Amino acid sequence: MRRDIFQAIADPTRRAIIALIAMQSMTPNAIAEHFDTTRQAISKHLKILSECDLVKQEYQGREIYYQLEINKMKEIDKWLEQFRKIWEKRFEQLDNLLSTIKKRKK
Amino acid sequence: MTPVLQFDFIADKEKNTLTIRREFLAGRQLVWDCYTKSELLNRWFAPKPLTTKTKSMDFREGGHWHYAMVEPGGTEYWGLTEYLKIKPIDYYTALDAFSNAEGEINKDLPRAKWLVTFSDKSKNTLVETVVTYHSLSDLEQVINMGMKQGMIATLEKLDELLLEIN
Repeated sequence: MRRDIFQAIADPTRRAIIALIAMQSMTPNAIAEHFDTTRQAISKHLKILSECDLVKQEYQGREIYYQLEINKMKEIDKWLEQFRKIWEKRFEQLDNLLSTIKKRKK
Repeated sequence: MTPVLQFDFIADKEKNTLTIRREFLAGRQLVWDCYTKSELLNRWFAPKPLTTKTKSMDFREGGHWHYAMVEPGGTEYWGLTEYLKIKPIDYYTALDAFSNAEGEINKDLPRAKWLVTFSDKSKNTLVETVVTYHSLSDLEQVINMGMKQGMIATLEKLDELLLEIN
């Protein structure tokens, strides 16, 4: 199932997981130790994060390590950057308008 | 020489807010007018190449601004801003929405709350806009709409305008 990344990071536990594994990749058990919730609940969150490609799994021997997909996180910033451009443009237009009005008043 | 004007664009992904601060080279009353009078809003609000068209404007608490952003080809995207609280020339709060030409709000698209504050910064004015979304996916949807509406077009048009004015 394909999910969108914004949905994934809307949950506080998932955001905390992202923050945790941003430092180093971790096994589900190691991640679960940081939370006051069941191992099952953590697995569910990891599944959602995997489904939107925010984390990837790496096998080391018999253990699965979860790792953050930095590029996917950058996608969110890319969205915001585009929004920022809209505002920049809008404000430049307001600059022009203000300067036109001020010139006329002089 | 172009003075460097403060511009902050801060996204808080946990609180689903965008805080946008911008300094303008004008007094507070003039900047306030540009934000609150439709004939002035029409001249800057829609990013080029879109233009702004006001259908009705009633700037008072409980009043609204019903406007369209119009593509060069004539396609119109309607919006309705409802004004909640107004304290001239300090701040106002509003609730934005996508609508149709009749002013009926599109309930499928996200709404956001705006708090727009005006303050003096020596001879200039600082405007802080805090936009609060219900969720981050709401924000993504709004950005998607913006892309569809061609808001992120080239900056060439703007350069032309700058040449025209100078």
